[in-house]
Amino acid sequence: MELNNFFKKRKIPLAWLLLTRQPLRIMVAIAGIAFAGILMFMQLGFRDGLFDASVTVHKLFDADLVLISPRSKSSISMSGFPRRRLIQAMAHRDVVGTTAVNWNFLLWRNPENLSTRSILALGFEPSKPLLIDSDFERKAKTLKNKGRVLFDDLSRDEFGPISSWFQSGRLVETEVAGKRVRVSGIVSLGPSFGADGNLITSSETYLELSPGNPKGSIEIGLVRLKKESDIEKVVRSLNLSLPSDVKVLSLKSFIDFEKNYWKSSTSIGFIFTLGAAMGFIVGCVIVYQILYSDVSDHLPEYATLMAMGYNLRSLLGVVAREGLILSIMGYIPAYVSGQALYSLVRSSTKLPVEMSFTRASIIFCLILFMCMGSALAAMKKLADADPAEIF
Amino acid sequence: MRNIHNNTLNIVSLNHWYGHGEMRRHVLQSVSMEISPGEVVLLTGPSGCGKTTLLTLIGALRKVQDGDLKVFGKQLFGASRKTRQNLRKNIGMIFQGHNLLRCLTAEQNVQMGADLLNGFSYKARRAQSREWLRAVGLEDHLSKLPHDLSGGQKQRVAIARALAARPKLLLADEPTSALDSSTGREIVDLLKKLALEQSCSVLMVTHDPRILDVADRLLRMEDGQILPSV
Repeated sequence: MELNNFFKKRKIPLAWLLLTRQPLRIMVAIAGIAFAGILMFMQLGFRDGLFDASVTVHKLFDADLVLISPRSKSSISMSGFPRRRLIQAMAHRDVVGTTAVNWNFLLWRNPENLSTRSILALGFEPSKPLLIDSDFERKAKTLKNKGRVLFDDLSRDEFGPISSWFQSGRLVETEVAGKRVRVSGIVSLGPSFGADGNLITSSETYLELSPGNPKGSIEIGLVRLKKESDIEKVVRSLNLSLPSDVKVLSLKSFIDFEKNYWKSSTSIGFIFTLGAAMGFIVGCVIVYQILYSDVSDHLPEYATLMAMGYNLRSLLGVVAREGLILSIMGYIPAYVSGQALYSLVRSSTKLPVEMSFTRASIIFCLILFMCMGSALAAMKKLADADPAEIF
Repeated sequence: MRNIHNNTLNIVSLNHWYGHGEMRRHVLQSVSMEISPGEVVLLTGPSGCGKTTLLTLIGALRKVQDGDLKVFGKQLFGASRKTRQNLRKNIGMIFQGHNLLRCLTAEQNVQMGADLLNGFSYKARRAQSREWLRAVGLEDHLSKLPHDLSGGQKQRVAIARALAARPKLLLADEPTSALDSSTGREIVDLLKKLALEQSCSVLMVTHDPRILDVADRLLRMEDGQILPSV
């Protein structure tokens, strides 16, 4: 009924006709808006992708709580704390299991061209859970032999064609920190900001690879709780009962802790947000130019409409609708190119850059705001349309 | 004496000035006139004598500075912007240039006029627009853009557009000035015929001596004053 009424009341779609009868102008406008949109998609996509990438491993941990040293600032500068703290944490009645994890950067030799590169190595007790991946337990068993490592196939290509060699049945052996290791399995974690690649090994092998590591010192302690336990409550009580050389976080705040480091302690957030802001401003200027010259060119026609009895409000509505149409027509190509560029970035950098619904809607709102704001500014020109001047 | 409240237009000692201070010019000096429903009045006079100013005042496009100006009985002296805006819907205007919207077809241009009417469905307004174009003899040019039409055809579209809003008063400012004489004649005859069918009054400003005979009444203006009729 409503729609029917609307259909009956509808008028000549003046805004649409004004735009579409000037194909060159609308092409320029759409190209400009799409360009601004793509810029915003890329900059914000990179920013969020980099933040997400900083916690690719964190997200996979099979843990409810995480123990770290209060001196640890981020995944690239983890400090150690006594492994005993995990045993003390076991005393809490809600704790069902713990895993001690060593976490540090070691030098990996590319077996193909023999160059070395820093890789993030995780050491843990293979009989204990580490990652939530269901197949991981089977792979972890292979680590019980000394000198075996699991290699992350999402690591950057500079580490060598490890997973393709491994999958073709070849025996993959190389050096880590100057010691011979054999790849006994492939996992999928993903590179992060700090780490170009990852490997997982047993605590025993880990200690052999980095003999300088103090005995009984670990970087991360994973704690699993009973299903029904109140995580925040356990965090509080453990923080009270454990000495101050260790900090207890929920897994979520551990992830936030890492993201926060990259957001606040580096210029990444600022740089990419600034890039997106540049796109926004460029878009505003283009849309304003287009709408302003459109209004100027049609000023006598607007004045004629006013003389015919159209009020100023309905003419302002025409300009506003032009802005709305432009925003939608500019957003669509921006969205499509954004998707294409994201998959390009994913395949070439292995960063987890995804089109998220939130970002897609934020950018739509920004483009809408850009077009409507410019339309509003261009409307000022309409005040120059004086119907008395056209006689 | 006829009842002046039924008059389409009533003007009593209307004055208008342009500019300020020393530069102030008295362009309309105590103008008085009236138009009754269905009357066709022509206004002639040398350029710069205030004809166009008078037309814009009657068309509610300018604020009345001094004097009595009633259109359809509504006082325009001191009228608000909104009153003037609403009044304009009942006044059709035809300009020296055709002033069609370049991006709209002939049919859409006429429908811009018809769209001002309330209470008609889109379809009805569209049908009316076609009807008007048929009335001005352009049924074969419905979907042409203004730049594909000749001068006379454009002016016909402009007439159709003005009449599509069903005005009770039609103001025309030299509608034939851009046309050759025979086309001008046709346009004026058409204008008069269609206006009379709608019982719409017409006030036309013109320089063109060949069309003076269409008028019911002829007014001459000079130096901001209407001369007594001869």
